[in-house]
Order: sequence, then C-alpha cells, then structure tokens
Amino acid sequence: MREINVDVVTKTIEELCIDANYNLPPDVKGALEEAVKMEESPLGKEILLDILKNAEIAGRDQVPICQDTGLAVIFLELGQDVRLVGGDLNEAINEGVRRGYKNGYLRKSSVDDPFLVRKNTNDNTPAIIHTTIVPGDKVKIIVAPKGGGSENMSALAMLKPSDGIKGIKKFVVDAVDKAGSNPCPPIIVGVGIGGTIEMTTLIAKKALLRTIGEHNQNPEVAKLEKELLEEINNLGIGPQGFGGRITALAVNIETFPAHIASMPVAINIQCHAARHKEAII
Amino acid sequence: MTKTVSTPLTDESVKDLKAGDRVLLNGIIYTGRDAAHKRLVEMMEKGEKLPLELQGQTIYYVGPCPAKPGKVIGSAGPTTSGRMDAYAPVLMEKGLKGMIGKGIRSREVVDSIVKNKSVYFAAIGGAGALLAEAIKEAQILAFSDLGPEAIYKLRVENFPVTVIIDSQGNDLYKIGKEQYKVKGKEK
Repeated sequence: MREINVDVVTKTIEELCIDANYNLPPDVKGALEEAVKMEESPLGKEILLDILKNAEIAGRDQVPICQDTGLAVIFLELGQDVRLVGGDLNEAINEGVRRGYKNGYLRKSSVDDPFLVRKNTNDNTPAIIHTTIVPGDKVKIIVAPKGGGSENMSALAMLKPSDGIKGIKKFVVDAVDKAGSNPCPPIIVGVGIGGTIEMTTLIAKKALLRTIGEHNQNPEVAKLEKELLEEINNLGIGPQGFGGRITALAVNIETFPAHIASMPVAINIQCHAARHKEAII
Repeated sequence: MTKTVSTPLTDESVKDLKAGDRVLLNGIIYTGRDAAHKRLVEMMEKGEKLPLELQGQTIYYVGPCPAKPGKVIGSAGPTTSGRMDAYAPVLMEKGLKGMIGKGIRSREVVDSIVKNKSVYFAAIGGAGALLAEAIKEAQILAFSDLGPEAIYKLRVENFPVTVIIDSQGNDLYKIGKEQYKVKGKEK
C-alpha cells in the first residue's frame, strides 16, 4: 500500500487550477491555427487570429485566458493500492481549488443557494469531483475548469432506439444550431451516447478531454464524429457566430452500453478556451 | 471596416454603425451583469436614484477576474448577453445607448434597439486577456458586495468590438450565418 498525504493532492490541484486557466493546451492552439487557414470569412479569420493572440498574451503574462475561469471540474483516478493519509480527501481537493483560485487571481464563479439567494461562495468551492477507482498505486488528477456560457448550451435527449444515427445527428446539430453564437464558437462538441442519464452526460463531458485530432477507436463512431463535424460546420455560424466555415474544431463521441429500451444522448459544449491540465502523483 | 467611436454615444454616432463593422471604443463604459441588472431594475421600480446616469452610456456585460498586482484589471471578456434581455429594454428606455456582450438577443431587445436608436456590440468571448489590455482604468462604482458582479466604471482605449445589431435592426448573427451556410446541406 503506497501512502500519499492529501497535502500533496491540495498542492497539485492548486497548481493545476492556475496552469489550466493560464495556458491553452497545444492541441487547441494547433487546431485554431489550422482553422485560420481554413476559414473563408475575412472577419472570421480576424477573430481566430485575435483568439490566438489572446492565448499568447495569457501565456506570456500568466493571466487567465478567459475571465470565466469556470467551476473547477476535477477528474480523479485513484489507484486502489493507494492509501490517502493526513485528512479528508474531498476537503483537500476543495482546499486546492480555494488556493488556486485565490493565488492565481482567478474569478470566483460559484454561487450557493442556486435558485434563491445565489450568494457567491467567494472561493470557487465546492469543486465538481468525479472519482474513479482504478488499478495501481498512483493518483491521476485532471482539472478542467468549465465556463458557464458553453455549459448552458448543453442538452440531453432520451431518444428511442429506433431514432438511430439520424436521430442522434438531428439532436446534436440542432443543439449547436440553437446555441449559435452563445457558447463562444469555435467550439468543441462532446457527445455521450448510451448509459443512464448521469452516465451519458458524464461521458459527454469526458469526451471534451480528448486531444483534438484523435478519434473514437470504433471506426463507426469515428465516422459519425467526422460526419457531425462537417454538418456542424455547414451551418455557417462561424467564429463567434459572425458567419464562417469554422463553427466547431472537433466532435468527440464516447459511448456506453444502454438499457434495451433506451438511447440517451447528451451534448456538452466547450468553448474554444478548452482548458484542462493533468498530473500524476 | 474599422471605425473609431467615443463614448458617451449619441443618436448621430450610433447611426453610422452598421452590423459587421469592427469598432474601437474610447472613453468611459460601465460593467454590469446578471445580479447588477436585477438590482438596477429593482431600484428603478422603487423610484430610487441609480448609481449611474444612463443617458448615452454603454454597459459591458462582464464579470472580470481580480487584478494581479500592478494590473488595472484581470481578464475581462464578455458574458452571454441573453441573460440580460429581461432588463435591457427598461434600461434603453432610460437612455442606455450601447451594450457590449456576446450571443443572441431576444426580439424585444432588437425592437428596443431600433426604437431607442441604440446598438449592440460583441466583444470576442474568451479573449479576456486581450480585451483587458484595452482597459486603462477601473474602479468599483456600486454593488461591491457582488464581487465579480459589481458595477465597475472603466476607461477604455481602442477597445475592440464588432457591431452585431445596429440601430436599423440588422443582425450580423443572421447575416453572417446566411452568407456562409452550405445551402441544402446544413441539416
């Protein structure tokens, strides 16, 4: 049994919160550079160049890429041969978020009492924590700050199995069309198909963590990803919704076995500030 | 084309702005988002004096990050404007001329923009670091208890925005999409 003190978890989360919010992942930067070449709209091209310039400023000055530094979504893969010592794990994670958002000058965007007082918790806690137990004696931590604008455009449908691929495509493309300029295109579209409602939304969110350019290992699913990307980019929404060819940088689909009666589909939209960083302890 | 415009806005300066124009804004603008709008409208309903005179002013829908030491303000890009749709027409009736945000507006807001000769600009969503560079002064004007949702008075220099809905009601989101959608293949 390997012992890990939860203080190490706190320190790691603090660093990842800051790193994720300041430094755009290289695959996203690369996809934006490709988008500049492909975009036909002159205004769209200018916008994409400004977005790249913004990422450069954020990296250079070590400031947040976007003022919406999000709720702190944390994926924890906990090795079953690890024994955590020194305190409460969930409290250690929240302390890491608290320190990261304070010391990194990140915006605190969490409000308590969501339909009544909506009072800011002032430290961006609680974090949204998803823990999986896995083999091994390591702890993998992914911090993926999630902004409200793109999250608000996400959607879930309990489709009938008979709706098939056509039904899935219609639901996803319609959701992106309806979202229009709101989620800050160019976007990344995470799609979850199968499972129960909580599983399908969770895998849709996990799909957003995939490196841009990688596809689902199932060739049929990968084909659907490519077709959906093309249909979405045919909508004409373009960078920031000003019109153009590049509405989405990627469509990532994850699947899970479903009930014989069900075909749930979730779409989780991610803005171009697709932030996530990870570390292994 | 890029135009340079100073605040406060007037009927005259707004008239020349067309959907799709890139604009560099100069002068004073005010921040305000969900909670601040709710309070402003509640104050108006009670007949209380507002913390700012709205005539000719521009409100930027933003909740900035805290300023790092030595900086005027933290990253400060726009938030989704649609959440302010319930309040915007009331403010335009009181003289508000400009709104800066991102995303779709309701029919009621578009109608009010035309009626009051106002304008809706978008700043680039997710470009908060770039936009903060154009903000030269920032001070909290009201509602400091709201944290990032407080109303700030900002002085901006060449703050880059794009005209989305002009005073004739033209909407770049519709025009741009129509121009670039692949006909017959979009669905």
